[in-house]
Amino acid sequence: MSEQTINLTLEVWRQNGPGDGGRFETYEAKDISVDASFLEMLDLVNERLIEEDKTPVTFESDCREGICGTCSLMINGQAHGPNKGQATCQLHMRTFSDGDHITVEPWRAASFPVIKDLAVSRAAFDKIQQAGGYITVSTGSAPDANLIPVPKEAADMAMDAAACIGCGACVAACPNSAAQLFTSAKIQQFNLLPQGQAERWKRTEAMVDTMEEYFGTCTNHGECYEACPKEISLDFIAFLNRDYVKAKIKNRKLAGQKS
Amino acid sequence: MASTMPNLRDPQPIRTRKKDLPFPLNIWQSAVGRKWVMAITGIGLIGFVLAHMAGNFKLYDSPAAVHEYAETLRVLGKPILPKYWALWILRFGLIAMFGLHIAAAYSTKELSRKASDGAGFISGEKSYPGGREYAAANYASRTMRWTGPIIMLYLVFHLADLTWGYLPHTDYVYGDPFGNVTRSLGNLPVAILYVIANVALAVHIFHGAWSMFQSLGVNNPKYNQARRGIAAGLAGVILVGNLSFPILTQAGVIDADDNPCREFVDSDANTECFEDILAKEGK
Repeated sequence: MSEQTINLTLEVWRQNGPGDGGRFETYEAKDISVDASFLEMLDLVNERLIEEDKTPVTFESDCREGICGTCSLMINGQAHGPNKGQATCQLHMRTFSDGDHITVEPWRAASFPVIKDLAVSRAAFDKIQQAGGYITVSTGSAPDANLIPVPKEAADMAMDAAACIGCGACVAACPNSAAQLFTSAKIQQFNLLPQGQAERWKRTEAMVDTMEEYFGTCTNHGECYEACPKEISLDFIAFLNRDYVKAKIKNRKLAGQKS
Repeated sequence: MASTMPNLRDPQPIRTRKKDLPFPLNIWQSAVGRKWVMAITGIGLIGFVLAHMAGNFKLYDSPAAVHEYAETLRVLGKPILPKYWALWILRFGLIAMFGLHIAAAYSTKELSRKASDGAGFISGEKSYPGGREYAAANYASRTMRWTGPIIMLYLVFHLADLTWGYLPHTDYVYGDPFGNVTRSLGNLPVAILYVIANVALAVHIFHGAWSMFQSLGVNNPKYNQARRGIAAGLAGVILVGNLSFPILTQAGVIDADDNPCREFVDSDANTECFEDILAKEGK
């Protein structure tokens, strides 16, 4: 049984650090199995670079099964490559043909500074999360299941929002570098559920305000949805817009209750 | 050793939040709120475009009907409001909507520019040096910031042409909108300009109307498929309606020679001529 292999030419973005200018470098990727994932292909390229005593390409990865959101590559001008609903680690080399030229770049946005080569800092996402991406619960022994009734539709939708792995493809794909899809998913996974109601308005306002400190503004292109490996719906952005203006009114009323 | 150097790996905020202003003003402080303002004013402006187009359909009626319609606008609100008052209230509303719409668009675009800076941001588009492919963004959505200013420049021309009468090619006569329009659109370069501007307007509305639903959070999975259709329909109606005026004037369907008062270049005499015709028709 012979394994099918292909030869590729890679244009990889190399950048020494955050302050560096960066440039493309060309590498030949020979005898790549079509069953390899994109990251495994990069591993092979790196092994050969190490053998040649060159610095390997820095890129991020962790679970390699599409659920951690660590991998982040702009492949041929598309976040996570050409396939819909897939992270870079789930992109297999059979998607490409023998002799293809592939351009690999890091995510680009002012708030995603390049750490090295293809790795960017997504700390700005953490700041949005810290502003309100949580619920307050009493700790202790686990409560009984189904103690709080949740409508099926709300649970389904909240699960769809919770599928967001925070990879940053939405920001990378957005011509405005807006983080609306990420933020809306992180807000709505709680705002749709009874457990999230207590902090709903505070959360919405705080997370959107923090998002706006770091990211651009949404013009409803819809690029983020196309790039999203979890296919988070644009509907969440509409929910975010609705909840935000509501929150401005509700929070004012709540503030009025104090003394 | 405590370092005062900013760590380049840390994301730097593109702006700092100021203290929250009292209620309606704090909406404007956020970009999401500004998009909301943009959507609301957009609805108002689309409403104006539709009303303006409906009024223009009087061109297919008769020159006297156009005159009568223009006069109706001037005396709107009679007898409660003096002549011109209602018209000016509407005009101020329009100016305010235009102002807010443009201010919201410009300021949010600036934020996006800052958020993309250092990311190879060239000529208004965030760029990937290796090239990028758009999967969803269409021509209309990517040209909003060009169609917008085109419409604005056209608007200034349009007002100078048919409201202020500053331009020589119309031989502007106050009170004779039919004559002014036919003289202006009978001019081929002017007609072409109107066609270009109205195509830009339709393209702008095609993305704007769909965007409006998202910005306002008008979202129900049951009706969501209809939103693109509504936007396309609206843009289509406005495109066909507004293009019909310059094209049919050039084709001679709207004919300057149909104007019975075209000899009266003095505005008072012209108005008198139309009043006579309307009186004969028993209006």
